[in-house]
Amino acid sequence: MKTNSSFMRLKGFIKKEALQVLRDPSSIGIAIVLPIVLLLIFGYGISLDAKHIPFGIVAENKGPAVNSFISNFFNSEYFIPVEFKHVQEANAAIDEYWIQGFIWIKDDFEKKLLAKSVPKISLIVNGVDANTARLIEGYVQGIWAKWIEQNAIQSGLDKSLPVELDYRIWFNQEVRSKNFLVPGLIAIIMTLIGALLTALIIAREWERGTMESLLVTPITVKEFILGKLIPYFVLGMAGMILSLVMAIVLFHVPFRGSFAVLFVASALFLTVALGMGLLISTIAKNQFVAAQAAIIVTFLPAFILSGFIFDLSSIPNPIRTMTHVIAARYFVAILQTVFLAGNVWSVIIPNCAALVLMAFIFLFLVAKRTSKRLQ
Amino acid sequence: METVSSTTSNANAPVLVFEDVYKSFLLKQKKIHALKGVTFQVKPGIVTGLIGLDGAGKTTLMRLATGLLIPDKGKIETLGVNITSDNNDSIIIQSKIGYMPQRFGLYEDLTVQENMDLFADLQGIPVSHRRQRYDSLLHMAGLKPFTSRLAGRLSGGMKQKLGLICTLVSRPEFLLLDEPTVGVDPVSRRELWQIIYHLVDEEKASVLISTSYLDEAERCAEVLLMHKGKIIGQDKPSYFTNQVQGRTFLVKATGMSKRNLQQILHKVPGVIDAIIFGSGVRLVTESDFSLPDAVKNKVGELHIEPIAPRFEDGFMALLKSIEGEKRLGTSSLKLTKKKKDTDHSDKKVIVVKNLSRKFGDFYAVKNISFYVKKAEVFGLLGANGAGKTTTFRMLCGLLPVSEGIAEVAGTDMRTAPSEARSKIGYMAQRFSLYGNLTVMQNLKFFSTAYGLAGKRRKERVKWAIDSFALGPYVDQNSEDLPLGFKQRLALAAALMHEPEILFLDEPTSGVDPFARREFWDHINQLAENGVTILVTTHFMEEAEFCDRIVIMANGQILTIGSPEEIKAQARTKDLPEPTLEDAFIALLEKRTEIAEAA
Repeated sequence: MKTNSSFMRLKGFIKKEALQVLRDPSSIGIAIVLPIVLLLIFGYGISLDAKHIPFGIVAENKGPAVNSFISNFFNSEYFIPVEFKHVQEANAAIDEYWIQGFIWIKDDFEKKLLAKSVPKISLIVNGVDANTARLIEGYVQGIWAKWIEQNAIQSGLDKSLPVELDYRIWFNQEVRSKNFLVPGLIAIIMTLIGALLTALIIAREWERGTMESLLVTPITVKEFILGKLIPYFVLGMAGMILSLVMAIVLFHVPFRGSFAVLFVASALFLTVALGMGLLISTIAKNQFVAAQAAIIVTFLPAFILSGFIFDLSSIPNPIRTMTHVIAARYFVAILQTVFLAGNVWSVIIPNCAALVLMAFIFLFLVAKRTSKRLQ
Repeated sequence: METVSSTTSNANAPVLVFEDVYKSFLLKQKKIHALKGVTFQVKPGIVTGLIGLDGAGKTTLMRLATGLLIPDKGKIETLGVNITSDNNDSIIIQSKIGYMPQRFGLYEDLTVQENMDLFADLQGIPVSHRRQRYDSLLHMAGLKPFTSRLAGRLSGGMKQKLGLICTLVSRPEFLLLDEPTVGVDPVSRRELWQIIYHLVDEEKASVLISTSYLDEAERCAEVLLMHKGKIIGQDKPSYFTNQVQGRTFLVKATGMSKRNLQQILHKVPGVIDAIIFGSGVRLVTESDFSLPDAVKNKVGELHIEPIAPRFEDGFMALLKSIEGEKRLGTSSLKLTKKKKDTDHSDKKVIVVKNLSRKFGDFYAVKNISFYVKKAEVFGLLGANGAGKTTTFRMLCGLLPVSEGIAEVAGTDMRTAPSEARSKIGYMAQRFSLYGNLTVMQNLKFFSTAYGLAGKRRKERVKWAIDSFALGPYVDQNSEDLPLGFKQRLALAAALMHEPEILFLDEPTSGVDPFARREFWDHINQLAENGVTILVTTHFMEEAEFCDRIVIMANGQILTIGSPEEIKAQARTKDLPEPTLEDAFIALLEKRTEIAEAA
């Protein structure tokens, strides 16, 4: 006698998926090795902070005020200062990439200061690497502001001096780039497992001819979709927990929000990613095409256009508008908030809403496109 | 045991009904009409064979019957259920039928047991019912010792048997098998058939099996003949065989080679089919046929004896009556006769002595010796995993020799494999052509790869196009070519550098009898021109085309000889006229007995 148990079919199907993941080196590579490598690279290797920058100082007239100002550079961990006699030498050093930039203190500096007028310094920075250039600009301004303040207090002079730069960094006080890179990585890892791995694995069923055998069994479309969703959902959540543990234990990234919010948001995003993976696999029926499609449509946008590395507010408007269709952007926003700022509901709720909407759209399309026929 | 057949009301009702079914596909903007008005019924409780050439529409028919495809027009009833209506009905059917697609989807990274469990789960078989079913199926397939082995590690024949028993876990009432025996060695093939018969006899199942191996048609109770999307006949196989009763002969000539004789007889009007069989030529003729005197004079002394017709003869005759004069494997190959290459010295061009190849501790080939003479057609036969491909690769210089001597065209393969390579042509199993290059681009590429340049290259490309009649196709992508032309192109590519020796690795696996005849026509002409041919095959009829064959098992040679000599070895009282397949299986069984006794 046959028992037409939907549960039995689903259980058998999930067991098969689990065994396949465990035995297939490429699945383990994508689901476990790649996430760990990415975490280590972004945790230890890549840093968007600039420290120990070779930096030139051109002081045309060295009085006591100039010396006290310059000493600030020597005490800073951001700079390795080198002194030059003439501007031309410093210019040449920039051209040769020997220094990243320099300040030029003209010979009327002390005179102007004594005359209680505003002295000026010039900052010249190599702008090839815009990121570093901006950082240098910020550091120099910081040093300048600090010195002006000190100088004012010492000389008991005017607190009215114009340079009043109040510099405070919120949420990531140490300005460590790993504090926002590592949480963002959770989005990347989930995209890998949810979209790339899932798309590959279904394409493999087509390629090896197992799909045709599956389609003629009594398995229903609903069971097939669930059977593919559940194992990779578990795997994706495991990837998230792995990243979370590594972030907190190994890289000391602060976690200021609640775990519940993180879990709910992760589950939502993973559902979207799985939906994308399943959708790709209904179209791409060989592994090569599926991998290409998954990388171009899901992985690269999650990497570049999600705010994971590049701040979304600094990219041109038309492209920023495009990023609204990229699910990772909503998730990265939630992640960075939950880790660095806490449960900021005004950020979390709209972003979660966007993810819910996308999950519905993708799963609807998948259910519509998956059929038990070959055409 | 308790197959409740409440839904199938009448035991004599057909299990499959097609009524005027049409199906077409769009392939690269071209409409392919796969089925053009197909009507038939499959009777319950028997094995029905679906026979046809490649591209006849067999797979499309199978997929329609299982509900994987929906017809453009017409009605299909499987086990009394109209499956053309909507999706739910096809799911009802799918729990009652078993379907094994052409490439059965086993999960290669799951073990034998896990594969069976998966299909049992998907079919909803209660766990308590499984043990007994598994035992009997594994026993039938001879897979009991291998339940914990990964399916990917099984031999081709074992995979196919596992695929079959996976579809049988649920005791299907109706079993559809799409070319289950392609690329399977004769022993496994026989075992597959035993499982199928068991199913029909013991479990009263109905079976529809498609095949392009015509000798398998004789194993069916009834056959459906398909040609170009239409059913052209349905009857017992013996009906088709009887159509050519008295029209089949074995012809032998004393004064000329069997290949020359075959080519002459082929062109005689009234001859439907002429193929090499042992030391003679097997002839199928029109009903009122007599050999013209002109031919008799040309050929010299002839022995003609009547021979029992086979199903294949009837099939060829039927197709010829539909297709007319054209096709039927007349080769258009025009080889430039080599100037006086007929020094019939028995020069040995391949010498193998005590040759072995080890992978770790395992001997893939162990201590084999044989030789091949110039212009001989030499066959390597054996079950999957017998060591044929390993031997081949050593002789082509693709794999280093572990022990022993291998001399090819006078070159020692241990020391100078690259020197020998310029004298060797190699055609791999799935013709290695670049599908998205045109015929011309493929030829140009292969000629360059063989180091041809300038005038010589131009000449050889022209030669290939002229001799293989590829002219009309030069600008087509090779993947879009008809199968026969793909084969020609692959052969042409392997011949660009005029090799002395041609290696063919299962060249006609899964190819229909027409394409196979055409291909062998080319090969025979090459042999006549002094090219030595080495061929591996599973297909026993093909072995008849060889001058001499070796049969291998477990890396060793079981026997060497001409097809006639090997058949003679298997002659017994019960089996006075054994086929090569009988001889092959007898040899393997004897060997297994010895191995088990030891």
